[in-house]
Amino acid sequence: MTAAPGREQLIEVAYLAATALFILSLKWLGSPATARRGVRCGELGMLLAVGGTLLHHGIVDYKWIAAALALGVIIGTPLGRVQMTAVPQRTALSHAFGALCVTLVGTAEFYLRAPDVPRFMMAVLALEVILGSLTFTGSLMAAGKLQEILPQRPITYRGQNVVNLALLAVALGAAAYLVHRPGQTQLFPAVVGIPLLFGVLMIIPIGGADMPTVISLLNSYAGLAAAAMGFVLDSKLLIIAGALDGASGFILSVNMSKAMNRSFSNVLFGAFGQEQPAGASAQPERSGRSATPEEAATILAAASRVVIVPGYGMAVAQAQHKVRELYDALTKRGVEVKFGIHPVAGRMPGHMNVLLAEADIPYDKLLDMDEINGDLPQTDVALVIGANDVTNPAARNDASSPIYGMPILDVDRARTVMVIKRSMAAGFAGIANPLYYLDKTLMLFGDARSFVGAIVRELAGAQG
Amino acid sequence: MKLDLLTSLYVFMLAAFIGFEVIRRVSPLLHTPLMSLTNALDAIAVIGAIILVGERKSALSTVLGTIAIVAATSNLVGGFLITDRMLKMFRPSGPKKP
Repeated sequence: MTAAPGREQLIEVAYLAATALFILSLKWLGSPATARRGVRCGELGMLLAVGGTLLHHGIVDYKWIAAALALGVIIGTPLGRVQMTAVPQRTALSHAFGALCVTLVGTAEFYLRAPDVPRFMMAVLALEVILGSLTFTGSLMAAGKLQEILPQRPITYRGQNVVNLALLAVALGAAAYLVHRPGQTQLFPAVVGIPLLFGVLMIIPIGGADMPTVISLLNSYAGLAAAAMGFVLDSKLLIIAGALDGASGFILSVNMSKAMNRSFSNVLFGAFGQEQPAGASAQPERSGRSATPEEAATILAAASRVVIVPGYGMAVAQAQHKVRELYDALTKRGVEVKFGIHPVAGRMPGHMNVLLAEADIPYDKLLDMDEINGDLPQTDVALVIGANDVTNPAARNDASSPIYGMPILDVDRARTVMVIKRSMAAGFAGIANPLYYLDKTLMLFGDARSFVGAIVRELAGAQG
Repeated sequence: MKLDLLTSLYVFMLAAFIGFEVIRRVSPLLHTPLMSLTNALDAIAVIGAIILVGERKSALSTVLGTIAIVAATSNLVGGFLITDRMLKMFRPSGPKKP
């Protein structure tokens, strides 16, 4: 500490300001009106923190720092410009990067300090690298599944959970031994390596529909790993940023689990997809009523209140812009159109909102489940586009259903239900949906984008 | 190496409470931007990596730290960029330019 004390204090003040700015940033993100101010605030905080850090007296060489910062900007810029439909995999990838950073710094810190690592320091270091490395590979796997590089179907085998938990136990055991005897540096690779493997195995049995929960959980882990790094480096700023990120991921995971009526452990160890064969064979021998775009357009034009329920199918078909045309055509005729969005619709929290906002639909028309369910009984037409399980009335009234108890959008309470779907096949979880066989339900078979486009053309034709 | 454990734990606990209270109020509408913004803020880990590389204590720490800076910086830049792009799209209804 021979350098000018003034500089040290300057850095501390910069960190303090950054901390306040980070908290304000999240506070302003609370509502769409102030959210962009929140981003500016976060950017300013980050600038202060990084700028302050560069003044640090211990830094003797800037060459590598500058090169790495430049390379980071080069890689980060395209990642900030991906298509909105690719946001879930981008998010998973960024969890992986964050976790990679934390793991590498933790590893370097260990080898700089070993073999004289104080016990507490060793414990948080172990926590940092275990959480970091399992989040790294887990998030890469999640990104691979979302990008469809890897199979989206859950892959399960007998004894999977036992194997995974045993692996994690070995890693924790090695970490505990290191805390006890920090001189045993040869154990450290196991503390990093086993969780890397665990991260892969943890995501293998997880299917697409569980992604919102898993991404949130990985978000939480990435935050906690960063907070642990803050303990190791004795950096309050890092502890706070990590705690905020951890809290955010935790809240989102709890929301997602509740929206699926499942516990964390059930998501991680349950592998819903296993029920698929049984569900598919139990398909009843009924068929729903189907309708043409022309008929659908007539019914929609005669309605006064319409609720559109989008799901992952809308994202897959890239139908959001056609949906926006439908919204415009109906609104022009004086039909009131709202959107009902289930918390787990899509592949990450808030996925549908972003896609619909991208298509220029005003955000005050995007209502979440609790807001829209009160409106549905007074709704003339509920139009379901590419959503399935989140509209399944069996969740409400069939105690034998695997999704019984899950909160759903009560589209079956609307006067007429229209479902755009490729075929009668069961949804992701392989559960038959009785909604499709109701007398008030019309099935609109086809690709979401072209079907909505056809309805829009019919509406335009009828008017002109 | 002094490690003020108790103070750090207090800081962590208080920050977690603030996080819960602030984030609970974020509208579900904005949950995707929330995740990308917290991700960008999490890239503050870059400060640890910068010091690690700058101090040049060992070849290993310089190499690992350099990769860490690249990873965190790309999160930082990409995270803020995409969050802002998403938020720009959220518009209320009412008169707007065509």
